[in-house]
Formats: sequence, C-alpha cells, structure tokens
Amino acid sequence: MTLPKKRIVVAMSGGVDSSVAAFLLLEQGFEVIGVTLQLHACHESAPGRSCCGTDAVAQARAAAGCLGIHHYVLDCRQVFEQAVLLRAWEEYSRGRTPNPCVICNEHIKLGMLFDYAKALGAEKIATGHYARIGVRNNGDAFLLRGADILKDQSYFLFSICSERLSAALFPVGRLTKDAVRTIARQIGLRNAEREESQDACFSTRGTAYPEILRQRFNEAMDPGPFLDEEGRFLGMHEGIHRFTVGQRRGLGVPLGSAAWVKSIDPKSGAVFLTTTKEGLTAQGLIATGVRWHALAQRFKRLRCSVQVRYNQAPVLATVEQDEPGTVRVLFERPLMAVSPGQAAVFYCGDRLLGGGWIDRGIHCASSGPAKVQNESNR
Amino acid sequence: MKRIYFDNNATTRLNPKVLEEMLPYLRDTYGNASSIHWFGQETRRAIDLAREHVAEFIAASADEIVFTSGGTEADNQAILGIANILGKPGRRIITTAVEHQAVWNSCSHLEKNGFRVTYLSVDSQGRIDLQALADSIDDDVILISVMLANNEVGTVQPVREAAQIAKSRGILFHTDAVQAAGRIPLDVHHLGVDLLSLSAHKFHGPKGCGALFVRSSIPRPVLIHGGHQERMMRAGTENVAAIVGFGQACLFAGQRLHENSSFTESLRDRLEKGIVERVPEVTINGCPEHRLPNTLNVSFEAVEGQMLAMNLDLMGIAVSTGSACQSDTMGPSYVLLAMGRTEAQASSCVRFSLGSDNTVEEVDIVLRALPELVEGLRH
Repeated sequence: MTLPKKRIVVAMSGGVDSSVAAFLLLEQGFEVIGVTLQLHACHESAPGRSCCGTDAVAQARAAAGCLGIHHYVLDCRQVFEQAVLLRAWEEYSRGRTPNPCVICNEHIKLGMLFDYAKALGAEKIATGHYARIGVRNNGDAFLLRGADILKDQSYFLFSICSERLSAALFPVGRLTKDAVRTIARQIGLRNAEREESQDACFSTRGTAYPEILRQRFNEAMDPGPFLDEEGRFLGMHEGIHRFTVGQRRGLGVPLGSAAWVKSIDPKSGAVFLTTTKEGLTAQGLIATGVRWHALAQRFKRLRCSVQVRYNQAPVLATVEQDEPGTVRVLFERPLMAVSPGQAAVFYCGDRLLGGGWIDRGIHCASSGPAKVQNESNR
Repeated sequence: MKRIYFDNNATTRLNPKVLEEMLPYLRDTYGNASSIHWFGQETRRAIDLAREHVAEFIAASADEIVFTSGGTEADNQAILGIANILGKPGRRIITTAVEHQAVWNSCSHLEKNGFRVTYLSVDSQGRIDLQALADSIDDDVILISVMLANNEVGTVQPVREAAQIAKSRGILFHTDAVQAAGRIPLDVHHLGVDLLSLSAHKFHGPKGCGALFVRSSIPRPVLIHGGHQERMMRAGTENVAAIVGFGQACLFAGQRLHENSSFTESLRDRLEKGIVERVPEVTINGCPEHRLPNTLNVSFEAVEGQMLAMNLDLMGIAVSTGSACQSDTMGPSYVLLAMGRTEAQASSCVRFSLGSDNTVEEVDIVLRALPELVEGLRH
C-alpha cells in the first residue's frame, strides 16, 4: 500500500524558476498544486514581462499542463492594492524609497498563500525564490543565500518569520540559474528561455512608478524646492515622491554639472542635491522594524555584513542595538546612496541574520550638509 | 484519477454519435455550400437537413432558423439586430437582472448608444414578476428579452406568460433558451416567442455553433454583414461540420428529452437530498417548482465557494461556483445578489449541473466527500 502523497502549493508566476520548482517537488513525490497569484486587474498588467499579469497566468497554466498538475488563479488584488501599493505610495509620499517586493513576499507570496494552501489541504508552500532554508538545532528555520550568488533573492525575504519558513520550500535555491534553465529544457518547458520577472510588477515604461501610484491613489501634486548642500534655492520640483536618494537622472533642474539627490526632507518638501559623489556616501545607517532570525534577540553589539539594496556587494559593519527593533549600523567603508525606506539586511556569510527598514543614513559628523539632514529628520 | 463531471451547464461532452456524423464534413465533404457544383450541393444538403433537425427540436419551421457561431452571437443578433431596425435613441428594452452576460452586455452596449434598458428584478427564487413586467411597458419599448432558464440557479421563467403580455402590447419578445435546451421541452408556438437563442454545446453538440430562431412574420435582425448566407441574416461561409453536429445533437436531445430529463432529475434530487441531510447550514438556491431538472445550486454557509470547488477538483470532481463565463472576474454571483442574497451567501455557492452521462455512483461519491470537506473549509 502506498501512502497518500503530501500536498504542496507552489506559487507559479509563469516564469522558469517557479515552473522548475514545481517539477522538482513532483520529483520529490509531492502532490503539487500550482497557484498563480493575480495581483493586478487584467487590463493593468504590463504586456509580456509582468510576473502577475494575464500573460503570466497563461504561462503558468501552460507549465502546469506540461507537468500535469492542477493549477488555480487566486485573486490577491485587494490585498496587493492595500498592503503593497498603498504602502509603497505612503513611503514615496514621505520622500522614502519603498521596497514593494519585500512587502509582497511577506503579505502575499509567503503570506496569504499559506491560508489558501491550508484551505486546499496543503501544509507547505513553495516558491521559485533563489534562497535556501536552514534549520537550527532548536528546530527554528532561517534563511541562507541562494546557491547562485548572482541570483540570490534572500534580501527580499528577510521579513519572513521562522515559523513561515518552516512551512516553505525554495526548491531552486540550491541550484544555479543555468541549472534551472537546463532542467526546464530537459522537461520541455516552453518558458525555459523566458526573461526574468523579478521586479517586473513595479516596472513601467515611460512614466515613473511613483508618479503612477500618485495618480492611482488620486493624490495631489505637492511641489517643493531643490536646495544645494548649503541650503541655496536651485529650482522647483513636482513632488518628493519622484525622488530617491542617490538618483541622478530625471531631476529636471539644470545645474550645469552632474547632480545627485543627497537627501529629502518630507516636512519642508525640500530635495537636497549634491554635485559630488562624496556627498552621497554614508558611514552608517539607522534601521527600524528590525527582525532577527536564528539569533538571540537581545544583544548590544554585533559584527556582520550588511546589504542596503538588492545586488549590492555586502560590507562589513558593526551593529549596535539599543532597544529591540532599532539598530545603529556603522560600515567599515562608506556606502553610496543609502536610501530611507529600503531594507538593510544582515548576513554572516551566506546566513541571513535579520533585517530592518532604513530610517536614515549616518553621514560624516563634520560635514555641514549631513547635519542639515540629521536635523531635518529629527 | 477517474474524474466526475458535474458542470454540464458550462458545457457538455460531445456525443460520440454526433462526432461520427460530423467527421465526414471535416474530411472529405468540404464543398462550399454556396457553390453550384456537386461538392457544394453535398454540403448544402447536409446543412438543410441539420436546419430541419434544429427547427423540429423547437417546433419551428426550417426557414426560421439562422445558424450562428453560438448562443452569445444569437443573443447579440436578436438584441442589437432588432434595436438596429426598430430603435432610435430613447427607445427602451426590457430585460431581467439575471440574464446571461451575452444578453446583459448587449443591452448595456445599447445603453451607451442612447437606448434605455429596464432590468426587471427577481424574487428570492429568481423569478420575475409578471405584473412588474406589464407595468414597465410603455410606448418606447421595442423589445423584451427574458431568459427561459437561468444558467446559475436553473430557475425557469414564466416566458409563455411574459410573451403573451408582450404580444398583447405589440412588442417583440426574445428568450435566451441556451441553458433550457435539451433539459426541458421547447416549443416556440407554445412559448409564443418571436426570437429564441440556442447553443449546441450545452446538449452534447459541438462548440462554436448555435442558432437564432426568428419568427417568419417579424423584421429580420442582422448582426454580421457580408455574403448572402442564412438568407442574408448571417453572412460567412457556414461552419458545416458544427452545423451538422448541432442538427444531430438536436435530433438526439429531442428523441431522448423525457428520458434524459427524468434521469438527471433523479440524480439531482438524490444529490440535493443527500446534501441537505448530511451537511448542516446549507441553502438551496433557485425555485423548487420551476427549476431545470439537472441544476442544483447550493450555498454552504461560511464556506468560500471557490475554495470548495477547488478542493472538489483536487479530488477529481468538477463543479463550478456559478457562470463559467463570469469566473474570471471572481466576484460574487450577480444572479444570487439579484435574488437578494448577501455577498457572503453569494460567494458561498457551488453549482452542480448534471447530465445524462452521470451515474448514481458518482452522486454517492460526491455525497461521501462533501461533509468533511465543507466542515474543514468553514470559517
């Protein structure tokens, strides 16, 4: 007598990674159910590339057909609108640079999908993320970087709690992208050569994404001044939501030389520009909403590496924790463009220790403009 | 996995005997029915015969049958075609709040072009009020369209009585009989309708083929313009194999109508009784006295209908949460909302629609699976 197969739900974006993930789980003997999460209304999804549009549904359905598994589309539009898009807009409108992929993973892909999986009689879920899950001696699950260091997506998963990780599988996390494509070709998946879908949800042609969000939520334009590092007026801009720290392009103010956004003051609506790259560097950062995995929650001081955006080479840093949830991070070497709203994620080698949201960069204490920024954020 | 198909209102299995009749017209008999030569004549004869079968199925005469690409096109042709002949902005169409989207959206398209549309409300069983229909008629009304049987809950409307009201006021009357065909007897004279829509695939015919009955005494509605086919009422080279299959499906459905109806009704009643006995807190949606014999729509309180349908699917049991044509919008059923159900009730329904292929054993398998499944999904 054979035991009934264990049921697992796989989030299928239509891309090669999640399709191969589904295949690998079949190989492991699971009863696999493919689920595509509908995030946008059909007419809103960007053609071709989006990981959540109707094209994606068709791609996922084709992959599920190729594997001979059940496939369903689950409507996540309302949660996506509220938990991801509206929150992203709120961040932009405060002059911060949100990371909607982290929020989407937390609330949708590794959030509401669990509830759906449970209702479908599955205890576990899987996604096509490039990350690995380890287990401590006490049974707690923690994250490891994906084996393909160029594709590693652990950064986007830092906020997933241990309990959820214990019920999740990332089958392609131990593979390289090349290996995944090879498997896809071997099993005859039509999407083997398809381009990446990561981030495609939030990319648009033409109009910048924050501007699209502003229009979506019917928010008024809120113009403000461009100021130089000494606080001199340089011109007007159409709203702080359009800018991110470190941004160079599309500033819309002629200065005669290259300029970058150094900081944004949401109270006055001022965007501070710098004409030197040095003006952009930060020596450290303050992060809030920090969560730790696989680590004692209460510590004073920690040496580890930190990443302040996706695909940035990690730097060594000292993390000081005064109160749980808030840390002061000092880098061993200065980092460019530390953007409030982005995630600061901490690693020890491949092991993800935790992460939080960047509140502000710490700039050289002696420089005048840094002072301006510190005051403006106080 | 042996699968069970309880979604015959979405579509049905092609009758293998129908397929046999169609195959020659996909292989060797390929002439264009409009051609004068032997090839064309062979095809023409096949279409003529099919038209007779369809006409006989609804007690019409052959020259009152216009072949279309399906029920949706037939509905569009009836409504847009008549509006085009009799209408001008300001004129009015009366229909119901529970029509299939093919009728509904044809009407709302006309609304955008200056027509007015009255959507008659229905009672908690899904039936219209004839007095309300009579009261809503004025001189501006050019067409009344009331479906014969609802696709989601199976409620059969008092079409004969409604058509009489229309006739007494000199107004054309259309009925969408797509879901009724093959399930209850159809007789255009008894019903007294001027226009009636049919679709082949709802009773074991092929997809992509339907018909509009157009009473010979009324103006001729046209939707698709082009060649002279279908007596200038529907241009385009005929879909011969499908038309032949449609004719055969009508022939079989007509011959076995009583037998099939009472058989599916016995299965449906066994399923309904079993669910009511075994599963607490369920509501049967629809009209007990006037309901298609094969349809059972059930609200399972505090259960997400979609989740129940998916779980049944994982066990190999195919049902739906309402109209297959609406399932991509994922909202609660507008039919159940129109029947006065709350959003929660409307989202908690599952439709079982049986067919002559189903068996008592299949009903019992579903009945064994349901109680535990429903209990597990209750929130």
